[in-house]
Amino acid sequence: MSQPIVIEKHKSRFKELARAAIPGGGNLDLCLTCSSCVNGCPASGISDMDPRKFLRMVLLGLDEEVVQTPWIWWCSMCQRCKRACPMGVDIGALVFMARQQWSRENTPKGIQKSCDLHLEFGNSTGIHREDWVSLCAELVEETRQQEEDWKDLPAPMDKKGAAYYLNQNAKEPTVEPEEMIPLWKILHEVGIDWTYSSERWDAVNYCMFSGDDRDWETVVRRQAEIVNDLGCKTLINTE
Amino acid sequence: MDPSWNREDLKVTCQDPCNLVRKGLGDSVADDLRFVIKQVVGEENFVDMWPNKSNNYCCCCCCGGGYLQSGFVEKRRAFGRIKFDQIQATGADIVVTPCHNCRSQIEDLCQVYGGGYRTTHLWSLIVKAMTRKSK
Repeated sequence: MSQPIVIEKHKSRFKELARAAIPGGGNLDLCLTCSSCVNGCPASGISDMDPRKFLRMVLLGLDEEVVQTPWIWWCSMCQRCKRACPMGVDIGALVFMARQQWSRENTPKGIQKSCDLHLEFGNSTGIHREDWVSLCAELVEETRQQEEDWKDLPAPMDKKGAAYYLNQNAKEPTVEPEEMIPLWKILHEVGIDWTYSSERWDAVNYCMFSGDDRDWETVVRRQAEIVNDLGCKTLINTE
Repeated sequence: MDPSWNREDLKVTCQDPCNLVRKGLGDSVADDLRFVIKQVVGEENFVDMWPNKSNNYCCCCCCGGGYLQSGFVEKRRAFGRIKFDQIQATGADIVVTPCHNCRSQIEDLCQVYGGGYRTTHLWSLIVKAMTRKSK
C-alpha cells in the first residue's frame, strides 16, 4: 500500500496567529476551493490576485508573500467573500491580520496620515478646535438670517445632558460644510435634543484601516469619554 | 413627507454601505433605507440596484479598506468599475449614498467613466420632502 507524501514540517507563523485570533478559528481549513469568493469579489483580478489565492497562500504557509503583497490594501475587507463562502471562511479577517504585520512607515501614507491627524487633532482632516466651533456657529447663524422658516434652528456645541450626541465625518466641514445644515434641520424638526462636541467629534476612524489596534481603540475611547462627560445617552454615528 | 418636489420624476437608487448593512445591521436597515427613500421621492421613482442589501457590491470606498485615502487611484477605479456598471443599469438620475466615503467614490466613478447620475447624502434628500408640523 502506498504511503502518503510526507512534506517536511513547514512552520507557518501567520496561519497559527490567524487561527488563534479569528473567532472560531476563521474556518480556514474548511475552504473547498470552490471560488465563490473569487466570483463575488470586486478586487479579484487586480494585480492577478484574488481572495482564494490569498487564502491558499496563507494555508500553504507562504508567510513572506502573505505579509508582503500590496493586494491587502486593494481588498476593501467588505466581506462579500465571507458571505458568499459556503463554509464561512473569514478572508477579510485574514487581510486585516496581514495589514497588522505592516510597519507604520510602510502603511499607505494617506491612511496613516488621516489616522495620525486624528490622534493629534481629534479629527481625521486636522481641523483646529476653534475653526470647528466657529464654522458651526457661522453656518447656523447664516441659516437663521436667510431662511425665515428656520429662525430658531440650533446647532448645539458641548451641551451638557443632551439626549443625543452627534458626530460628523470630518470631510463634511472640510469640503462641503453646507451639507451639515439639512441634518440639523431634520433633528430640530423631529424634536431631538442633541449636541456636537468641540473636540474629538469626527465620525470616521482611519486608524481602523491602518491595522494598528491600539490607535483604533484610542480614537474610539477618546470619543466615548467625551460622550460620557457630556452625559449623553445615545451616540448618533453619521458615517 | 411630501414627494411632490420630485416633479420631474427623477429616478433614484441607493448604495447599501457595507459597514452599515452587510457588516452591520443587516437587511432590516437596508429595508428601512428603502422605506425612507420611497417616502421622499415617491414609491414609483425608486429603482433598486442588483445585487443589493447584504449581497451588494462594495463600491470600494472605505467599507473597511480606507481605499480613498490609500492613494491607489487606478486600483480603486478598477475595483469600482463593477459598481459603476450596476448603477448605470438602474438608469437612475440620483444615487443616495448614506456614507460619505461611498459618496466620494461613486461621484468619482461617475466623472471618470462618464456616468449620467448625481449623488446625494440621505439627509439632504429628506429635507426636500420634509413638511413641517410646526409651520
